[in-house]
Amino acid sequence: MNQRLVEIGVGLFVAAGLAALLVLALQVSGLAELRQGTGYQVTAKFENVGSLREQAPVSMAGVRIGRVEAIELDPASHRATVHMRIKERYDSIPEDSTAAIYTAGLLGEQYVGLQPGWESESLDDGDRIADTQSAVVLERLLGQFLTNTQE
Amino acid sequence: MTAVEQGDPLAAVRGLHFRRGGRSIFDGVDMTIRRGQVTAIMGPSGSGKTTLLRLLGGQLHPQGGTVEVMGQEVPALGRRALYQLRQQMGILFQSGALFTHLSVFENVAFPVREHTSLPESLLETLVLLKLEAVGLRGARHLMPSELSGGMARRVAMARAIALDPVLLMYDEPFAGQDPITMGVLVDLIRRLNDTLGLTSVVVSHDVSETLAIADYVYLLADGALVAEGSPASLQASAEPSVRQFLDARPDGPVPFHYPAPDLAADLAGRGAP
Amino acid sequence: MIGLLRMLGARTLEGLRGLGEAVLLVARILRAAPAVALRPRLLIEQLYAVGVQSMVIILVSALFIGMVLGLQGYYTLADFGATEAVGTMVALSLVRELGPVVTALLFAGRAGSSLTAEVGLMKATEQLSSMEMMAVDPERRILAPRFFAALIAVPLLTAVFSVIGILGGYLVTVGMIGVDSGPFWSNMQNAVTIRDDILNGVIKSAAFGLLAGWITLHKGYTAVPTSSGVSRATTRGVVHASLAVLGLDFLLTALMFE
Repeated sequence: MNQRLVEIGVGLFVAAGLAALLVLALQVSGLAELRQGTGYQVTAKFENVGSLREQAPVSMAGVRIGRVEAIELDPASHRATVHMRIKERYDSIPEDSTAAIYTAGLLGEQYVGLQPGWESESLDDGDRIADTQSAVVLERLLGQFLTNTQE
Repeated sequence: MTAVEQGDPLAAVRGLHFRRGGRSIFDGVDMTIRRGQVTAIMGPSGSGKTTLLRLLGGQLHPQGGTVEVMGQEVPALGRRALYQLRQQMGILFQSGALFTHLSVFENVAFPVREHTSLPESLLETLVLLKLEAVGLRGARHLMPSELSGGMARRVAMARAIALDPVLLMYDEPFAGQDPITMGVLVDLIRRLNDTLGLTSVVVSHDVSETLAIADYVYLLADGALVAEGSPASLQASAEPSVRQFLDARPDGPVPFHYPAPDLAADLAGRGAP
Repeated sequence: MIGLLRMLGARTLEGLRGLGEAVLLVARILRAAPAVALRPRLLIEQLYAVGVQSMVIILVSALFIGMVLGLQGYYTLADFGATEAVGTMVALSLVRELGPVVTALLFAGRAGSSLTAEVGLMKATEQLSSMEMMAVDPERRILAPRFFAALIAVPLLTAVFSVIGILGGYLVTVGMIGVDSGPFWSNMQNAVTIRDDILNGVIKSAAFGLLAGWITLHKGYTAVPTSSGVSRATTRGVVHASLAVLGLDFLLTALMFE
């Protein structure tokens, strides 16, 4: 009888532990988000990506429409190429939209914001966004400010 | 010395040398344990009696000499062979050493469960019979903490004979017991030995009890064998070490005073307080 | 001078010997794994003793630590105007560091000390010796089930700790202070990765469980068989295990998180 209680207790304990691990994996981490593969790929080239990281969000009008998949240095032009994966349902982004790197909040991480253009043609898988705006680098800003005030 | 030598040798130590912590416990000792007999090993405290049992059981290894049990050289045995041999030996530690989290029944059943796969009903019969042999069948549901010292030792005896060993060793079985319990234990040791056809080794310093049941006695002191023989021959001996031990004299070959410098010199050295 | 050097040399040698003995012991225990698998009853009993009976202290500690993290985190982040990152902060602190380390320390104190005391007492009352003479290897019968129970229980306890801690942080920040629950979870999910954070946390907790179980069992097994010896071994076991966990934590953190 006592033995049965012990076994039930241990069973509950192990179940609770495994459930906690599951919760951590699914709810706490971004595992649900990791379901890649759905969506189409779009690239953009930047002079400076600042502290933009992989998995950073891609937004338009403040709405999350995709993620940064990869960031590489283009050896020919010495600029950064950012590969983005946009969710399937946002398939009517004008071809002449611009991409800029913004910072969320004061401490926040950087993300790519898309500004819609006017063309009727929309971006397809493999297209490149031509017009881009690099991340604001604090040192340059300070440098500009200092040179301006000197005049 | 008239030797009472019935039965073949079951176990023997020859030229045994054992040191511990810089102190020599055994300095070349020869002893033979004969089948079917109760062999007593006696001597003052610290003469290495318990160490001998551990050497026989393979828990300790000698620095020199041989330890042979049932034809096998114990220190040379590998783990598996040693464990096989131990299944044929039983040992009763001074404290009984019952498993405190198991009941009396479960304590006796322990070796049977570990080494055999007897069905539960058969196991229960076997355990109850062993408990019956020591007179504690009715106590089978008690926990060790509820037992008196004497009862605990009897349960430990039942546990030691659970697998029907060939050799049974007792480490100070009578130490600290009241006269009735002592009588019970003395009786049990002799009866079990004879009815089960065991060979027993009793390590003790309780003179009268041990001599009452022993077939052969070895007397140890200072790492050496001081005397051996039947209880009668020892009682008749005039050897000073034997007499001091058997007659319980406070001073003799084993001195009363721990070695110390001269008293007058010791006191004088202190100076005026 | 020579005397001091000789003493140091002797101490060092003794320390090395003890370390070697401990390593050989754990090697023998690990080799006994198949034997333990064949007798799940022993393992289950030990899981109950070290796992289930640690749950209360783990749950309560996790709740309070999570709540404090939430509170402190909120006040600190408010200065930067970044309070929507509080969920991230609580989760990362717990999953990466506090979960594994605090769980291991609590485990060493509660379950580890009882392991040392139990084994030490069995040694002092010659129960282990008589078991040996009954041809039952005490390392397989007594030590191995307890070791593997620790190894299994600690990661599970750590996972529970982290989840309850995050819950505590949620209760305080969203429930009491009024931080928006949406960004609490979404920022957290953005920041916490399964490979770098959760998996590393699990690896850490398994390593800590191994260490805590090993050290406390070894201390009990090698205790001086007197009442003061067992008491010394128990306190030493908890202290050594705790320090070892903290040291290993630094090592693993340096290796895992760049």
